[in-house]
Amino acid sequence: MMKEQGFSGCQLWALMVLRVAIGWHFLYEGITKLLNPDWSSLGYLMDSGGILRGMFHAMAGNPAVLNVLDFLNVWGLLLIGLGLILGLFTRIATIAGMVLLAFYYLSHPPVIGMVYAIPSEGNYLWVNKNLIELLALWVVLMFPTWKQIGLDRFLFNKK
Amino acid sequence: MSGKENSTSENKMNRRDLLKGFATVPVIGALAYGTWRKRRLDHIRSHKLARELNMSSGSIEYTPYKHDGDKIRIGLIGYGIRGEQLMQAAGFQTPETIQEWIDAAARDSGNTRYENFLQQDDLNIEVTGICDLFDVHAEKAMAAASNTGREGTGGTMGKRPKRYANYRELIAASDIDAVIVASPDHWHAQMVIDAARAGKHVYSEKGFTRTLEEVYAVRDAVKESGIVFQLGHQGRQTESYIKAKEAVDKDLLGKINLVEVCTNRNSPNGAWVYDIHPDANERTVDWTQFEEPCEEKHPWSPERFFRWRCWWDYGTGLSGDLLTHEYDAINQILGMGIPESVASSGGVYFYKEPEHYVKEIREVPDVWQAVLEYPHLDFTLLYSASLANNRDRGKVIMGHDGSMELGNTIQVYAGRNSTRYREKIETGLIDPNLPIYSYIPGRRNVDAVATATEQYFASRGLLYTYRGGRRVDTTHLHIAEWIESIREGTQPTCNIDQAFEEGISAAMATIALRENRIVFWDRENEQVI
Repeated sequence: MMKEQGFSGCQLWALMVLRVAIGWHFLYEGITKLLNPDWSSLGYLMDSGGILRGMFHAMAGNPAVLNVLDFLNVWGLLLIGLGLILGLFTRIATIAGMVLLAFYYLSHPPVIGMVYAIPSEGNYLWVNKNLIELLALWVVLMFPTWKQIGLDRFLFNKK
Repeated sequence: MSGKENSTSENKMNRRDLLKGFATVPVIGALAYGTWRKRRLDHIRSHKLARELNMSSGSIEYTPYKHDGDKIRIGLIGYGIRGEQLMQAAGFQTPETIQEWIDAAARDSGNTRYENFLQQDDLNIEVTGICDLFDVHAEKAMAAASNTGREGTGGTMGKRPKRYANYRELIAASDIDAVIVASPDHWHAQMVIDAARAGKHVYSEKGFTRTLEEVYAVRDAVKESGIVFQLGHQGRQTESYIKAKEAVDKDLLGKINLVEVCTNRNSPNGAWVYDIHPDANERTVDWTQFEEPCEEKHPWSPERFFRWRCWWDYGTGLSGDLLTHEYDAINQILGMGIPESVASSGGVYFYKEPEHYVKEIREVPDVWQAVLEYPHLDFTLLYSASLANNRDRGKVIMGHDGSMELGNTIQVYAGRNSTRYREKIETGLIDPNLPIYSYIPGRRNVDAVATATEQYFASRGLLYTYRGGRRVDTTHLHIAEWIESIREGTQPTCNIDQAFEEGISAAMATIALRENRIVFWDRENEQVI
């Protein structure tokens, strides 16, 4: 119990709001992709840079792999978003979210000398918003607010 | 008493439990509501806009060209850079080049050259005759023509075509139904006329002719013969131009008053400073025949042989090579035909340093502007070209109500001071900074084209287009259309009438530059004055 670990109600709420806000972001990204029949991760993958560029290009080059990837990405975003907001299977959702963000980060690492076709809305060096969101999820993972607020309360708090 | 107290506190605990468990569920509701509101607004906007613009949605329906019936037997004249590209588009490439593609694809799965080549439709044709004045090129052409299995090195080869030393023998051959003319421009007219008179169908490269007089002569010969003639403006097959025409026809731009088309390249290759083959000499090249149409003969010059576009004796520089592509693109959208007057200016401003030539400085300008006036249609077509700068300026059609930026994609923007869109701009339905209509064919497809020149062509819709979401080489489609027209007895899109308009317009631009005067077109008498 977090309160018992010395967290005030305010601290608990702040962490919970962070979790829900990240969930909102994931869920909405998933919804927009789901509702857009033209969406594909192809352009994003083809634009990738850094050491894993070859792997991402290979994924984009194989239509079967690309379809699976598109499906996993959309439904991953939706389910991770729902999980974080509702506090349902939150641990798995958080870890999955971190993995997905790690892929995004590694496909477009903001390293020196790398320029991408897909415009970014800011200036980054090594640390970008994908990485910060990933680290924020790490915080969420370290402070399991879902045991207090969220549907996991019913799954894990049974006496 | 105590039992009752216990049950109340348990109830309280359960309620708190439920509240905490479901506390974040309303967030889903808020997100759903927000999404619905946003989508409704977007939908109303796009729906209203779509109704206002009345443009058809989706890609162009793809009806493949028909290839059934007897094999058509082709004779190829000229296997230089363009001749090789045409042969490839027709389905023939040397085993060595195909092997390079196979190896490249093995190294990098993103390299789809070989795959794209195999996907090209079989046009049901065979190449039975080859004519090239350079032995090395002729040999390569024979290898490509006999590689009917489209295989790499070591594959099974088909029948070798016959090599002709002179194109006249090729045209006269009984086993040739149609010829592809990819010779330098100074040979176009004579070859097309001879082929037409022999009843052979012709696909000829642009520029249509080198001189004004030849434009009339070729038209008359083709019309009299009744052959199927296609001029090599592969832009006729570009999907986006079909949509652009629809946008213009539906008056999205208002009254069109200015059209700007450009050429920008910045490499020796783009400026026709092509490689000089080390094996080219007076024994391997029939220089006398190459020079035959020239009034004044020149001594053997490998520089002139390979970089002929740089001299007026063989071509017309930017006018015939690139103005014609831009002109034809606009002509298929606006159908404006021959201008009333043309003014030109320009010069050799960059390619005159010692590293740019071997013996002779070029004659044709590397910077060229041409202004084509259409007072009867109330607009000007402006062509502006540089061979020493590669800023992408695109094609822009400008009307009172909007502008259209055109390449392989289309973007239509409403004009800030447009009459038609004023109300919609005021009410916020239209944002002048965002396109009111955009068209991106095959947007789900990989588009990783290789060289800078290829990028240039692709951005101008000259290299690839899309059919049913699949990327196709426009030259392949253009040849396929010609072949189908021969089989069906129909007229292809860039027929002799279109070619005549291109030829006269380009000739006017050339005369205007060379004689430094404004050149007029007497529409009634079909005379340039």
